[in-house]
Amino acid sequence: MVKQFKPNSSSPFQARMSSTNKKVMQALAETISQKVEHFSKKEVECLIRKFNTLLEAEKHPDSSVPGLDRNRFKDVLHNLFELTDDFILDRVFKVFDKDNDSFVSVEEWIQGLSVFLRGTPDEQIKYCFQVYDLTGSGFITKDEIYLMLKDSLPMEQQDEEDEMNELIEIVLKMMDYDKDGRLSFEDFEKSVKKEDLILEAFGKCLPNFRTKKKFEEQVLEKQQDE
Amino acid sequence: MGVSLSKAAQWTTFSPDAGKLKFTPTNQALLKEILSFLERIVSQHPQEADCVFEAPLQWRTTSLAPDPKTDNDISVSTARSHEANSEGALSPPTAHSFSQLSRLIHAAEDKKLEEIQACLEENRNFLVKILGRRFASQLIGDDSDAESLKKDETSDVKSRLMVLLQNTDEQILRELLRDVSDAQYDPDLMKVEMDFLQFCSEGDDRLLKSVRYTSDFEYWNGCRAPPWRQAQGEICYVVIEPMDTERLSVTCCTAGVFLNGGGNPEEDDGCIRTSEIYPDLVTLMKRRSSYFALNLVKEVPYLPSAQRTQLSVSKLHDSRTLEPRWRDLLLSTGGGEEEKKLRRSSAEKKKRLESGTRSKTKPEVIVSSSPARLTSLTKKTSSKATVADFSSETSSKSEEEEEQPERRPKSDFYLSSEFLQIKKLVKYLKKSDQKVTLLVLCCMLDLDLTQESCNLVIRDEGGLKVLLNLLDTNEDECKMGALKILIRMSRCVPIQRSIEDMLGVRSFVNNLDSEVTKVKALAAETIANVANFPRSRRTVRQSGGIEKLIKLLDGFLKSQKKSDNSEDMEAARCGALALWSCSRSTRNKKAICKAGGIPLLGCLLTSSLESMLIPVVGTLQECASEESSRITIQSKDIIQNLVKNLRSDSTDLKIQCSMALFKCAEDKETRDLVRKYKGLKPLVELLNTNNKELLAAASGAIWKCSISSENVVIFQQDKVLESLSRLLTDQPEEVLINVAGALTEFLQIPANKAAIRKCDGIKPMIQLLLRTNQALLVNVTKAVGACATDKENRKIIDELDGISLLWALLQNPNPDVQSSAAWAICPCIDNSKDAMTTVLSFQGFGLILNLLTSTNKEVLVSTCAVIAKLAKYKNILTTLTEYGIVSLLTKLTNTKDDRLRHHLSDAICNCCQHANNVASFGEAGAVEPLVKYMKSEDVLVRQSATMALFQLSWDPNNNLTMLSKGAVKRLIPMIGSTLEEVQEAAACCVRNIRMTAMECRRASRISRPTQEGCQ
Repeated sequence: MVKQFKPNSSSPFQARMSSTNKKVMQALAETISQKVEHFSKKEVECLIRKFNTLLEAEKHPDSSVPGLDRNRFKDVLHNLFELTDDFILDRVFKVFDKDNDSFVSVEEWIQGLSVFLRGTPDEQIKYCFQVYDLTGSGFITKDEIYLMLKDSLPMEQQDEEDEMNELIEIVLKMMDYDKDGRLSFEDFEKSVKKEDLILEAFGKCLPNFRTKKKFEEQVLEKQQDE
Repeated sequence: MGVSLSKAAQWTTFSPDAGKLKFTPTNQALLKEILSFLERIVSQHPQEADCVFEAPLQWRTTSLAPDPKTDNDISVSTARSHEANSEGALSPPTAHSFSQLSRLIHAAEDKKLEEIQACLEENRNFLVKILGRRFASQLIGDDSDAESLKKDETSDVKSRLMVLLQNTDEQILRELLRDVSDAQYDPDLMKVEMDFLQFCSEGDDRLLKSVRYTSDFEYWNGCRAPPWRQAQGEICYVVIEPMDTERLSVTCCTAGVFLNGGGNPEEDDGCIRTSEIYPDLVTLMKRRSSYFALNLVKEVPYLPSAQRTQLSVSKLHDSRTLEPRWRDLLLSTGGGEEEKKLRRSSAEKKKRLESGTRSKTKPEVIVSSSPARLTSLTKKTSSKATVADFSSETSSKSEEEEEQPERRPKSDFYLSSEFLQIKKLVKYLKKSDQKVTLLVLCCMLDLDLTQESCNLVIRDEGGLKVLLNLLDTNEDECKMGALKILIRMSRCVPIQRSIEDMLGVRSFVNNLDSEVTKVKALAAETIANVANFPRSRRTVRQSGGIEKLIKLLDGFLKSQKKSDNSEDMEAARCGALALWSCSRSTRNKKAICKAGGIPLLGCLLTSSLESMLIPVVGTLQECASEESSRITIQSKDIIQNLVKNLRSDSTDLKIQCSMALFKCAEDKETRDLVRKYKGLKPLVELLNTNNKELLAAASGAIWKCSISSENVVIFQQDKVLESLSRLLTDQPEEVLINVAGALTEFLQIPANKAAIRKCDGIKPMIQLLLRTNQALLVNVTKAVGACATDKENRKIIDELDGISLLWALLQNPNPDVQSSAAWAICPCIDNSKDAMTTVLSFQGFGLILNLLTSTNKEVLVSTCAVIAKLAKYKNILTTLTEYGIVSLLTKLTNTKDDRLRHHLSDAICNCCQHANNVASFGEAGAVEPLVKYMKSEDVLVRQSATMALFQLSWDPNNNLTMLSKGAVKRLIPMIGSTLEEVQEAAACCVRNIRMTAMECRRASRISRPTQEGCQ
């Protein structure tokens, strides 16, 4: 399903918004809005338009780009949502890029944003777990936590590393309900349900209140009025 | 042996000379020890054993047959022994030296112990006898002349003997104390510690540079101090070089260890104590070297001091429950400052950890960490402890707060894994970046923050400061995390204080402006907790928190159109909670009212959510104590919703609603509104509850509502009087007060007076007169008074001896009780003259006349009323007159209070029945004020005054005064009074005045010529 829209969402289509193209886009919006829960058709249209502007700004001469590539995507999230952690942004890209083709297509973009902006708690728990589960093994291991946190270590300090390990031990003790030394999805879910701040404890991967509001105002509400 | 005998031995009586040693295990052990000492001394220390006693020891023997073979080398004693023998009686055996004593005791064979016991019992001052007063006093502990002792050459042997005794004393004590305490420091423990410290000073990661004794020579008893020093309890001297501070010279003595000046202990004043006494070396080191302390906790598994601390804590607790003499013993053997030290040691540890890298903690800082004490100490000390500094600045200003010394975490908490975890987490919190901070916050949320110890440690480690600082950042997640932790921590009272001291409350208030609703809600919830602390309530108000909290309510009311406003609702709920806490201060009540909070709270009353309603009604209820707010509450139909919620499922809500009605129904409009919205019936239903708090609130509301007689009528449809009278027994005083108050109101209606009699309500009421609660007494006496207006009821009161109980209450120091008791007595007087006479005959007269000198107007009024009634009885009046009633009443006449004038006139009127009183009142000057009363606007006053003047008019002099003061003019209108009695009195009075006047004129006509003739 996703694939068949991909050619349409390429840049020449978005470059010139003729009235015929508009119709095509509306059809596209119609299809996508059926697949995502949290956006209306109108909002999907707005998001498609936003996506196109983002791509356009890239000024691709060859005009055959299937979507946002990794760096572009990271820039976008950085600019729009003030997400700064490079390591985590890589992971967010991976999660958005469902088909693993190194590009975030328009559908992936909208589906991702649906959870990203308006996801239910359960959806967001799943999303965050995917982000933190670096290897996709279904578990967050001690090493993975270390990798996610190691950027926070001040440089050149051996004992800081020990401390970090101690902290990770404490965190594991707190979250590892089934005591298997790693965090399963159930562990994670249970912990978040108990204390919702744990959702983003290993790195910020969701927009904060301000940027979310700004985005909704700028992209969704404003363009709806047009 | 002196100490062990004077302190450890269990004597039968306190008198030191007549004492017998009890037969107890302790004493048996003690005697055995002494016996073994006696046996030892001869063989081991022959020289000392032969040292002649200052005075011989003598005692009456029970078994000892003088043995001719014990030919002593000291002739005197031998002679005496022989003498005794020759007389054939058992004369007292006498010992002049230890060797002799030893032999004598030895001779007793299987009764050795009894002999020793007898010897000790009869020579309670045996130390003085053995060594002479000077030595003995030193041995017992008075070391004032220790120096002079040593120089005395002749006493060298004695000195050694003394040391010997001293050591034995200690050994015996140690033996005896083994089960009770080893808090005392001794050479064995010292050796263990020295071994440990030496171990610590070895290797690469050593904790100490070096440790050594000053002397290599070890005495037989394990001490290294010279004997004359040992005599003072010193064991040895140690020099320790820590890693981070200068060399420490330490004296180990039986009382513990302390720093000395570092001089040569062999010299006289080489070792002066320069520090406090620590229980052991490791403690001292931990105190003196922070490097040692920090690393000791980290890596060394062996924690002698900690264990010891723990041990001595438990021991200390034991020692409290022990019989006093054991405590004496503990104290006398050097644990003198044990308790203090322990308290310090925990506080000290805390400080030390707080100080982090500070190289050296000064003992002066360590005194105590309870803020109450610190406030007074901070001036003297250079304490860097932030908490203390803040509290000393501000606590003096706080008006309402009680200073409570805060409990310290138990010392064993410092050994728990939880403590270490908190320490770690706070450390991470201090230095981590945003991402890790959030993670650390999550971990901290996992801690058991209901434990006060945890909270205190977080604060003391500096975590509280960091948490508060996080509130001033822009990271919403971190803010939320910090607030969530602070909400839990702020339930703990000392933390509330600390937050206020660290200016945390302002941060909370600032966060009420956050654009994230969750943050607002959390901040409000934190405020709800900290505002339990009086000073914080003020800060919330001063930093504009009240307005912001009210804005939260407004925000929710405005968001009600939105589909999802659960977050706004939560914020409003927390806002209401915070307002509730804040509204406990009068000024905050006014601020809430002024900021327009009450209408908003009123709107929230329509909510159906219990968790919302409770704080909302709670706030309203608190505000209702302010009259200005009450008006707003009534005008806003709030009453209707309050009434509605009286039938809620939540007891708490019902309590708050009833409380609100209780307070509001002080005003008539509310009472009417409650009736209008049919709130009376639900209130009655609440009387069936078992919850005492609810019962108190509901009965209070009923009380206030029943002030309107319309309400009483409705209440009586449900037989409330009967329910109330059932509540007169077995209830807490809060309930009783309100029930009695309500009954007073009910009894204003005549029908109820019979009803209360029928449901046996009078008896429990009378019994309540024996209580001491003033508010209760006021209400109960009023209720009894209301009862007593019915004749049948009076009979019952009389039977139950209620009169004397009421009369006794006149002695109550509270004027309200006095006056309401007096009012209650009034109606009873008519009925029970006999009882009155009896009561009065027991000091009653002095009592009631005393009340006439009261400064409380109501007391005076009620007493006058009582006297007016009493004076109707001739014999009572006679006595009253003897007590000088006339002048007392006259003194009161100069009043402007109409009620007092009324009852005072009545009293004067009735007192005039006694023959001479009429003239006496005139002489005392009572007539003139009474004439003035006639000008009063109050009819009652004029009527009473007329009656009084009529009585007074039987004396011609009074009439002249009345005439000259223009009484006639005022009396004439009274002839037109509606009361026949008054008409008659006024008319008669005028007639009397007239008669006198005419007589006067006649008299003057007769006398004039004479006068003229004289001229």
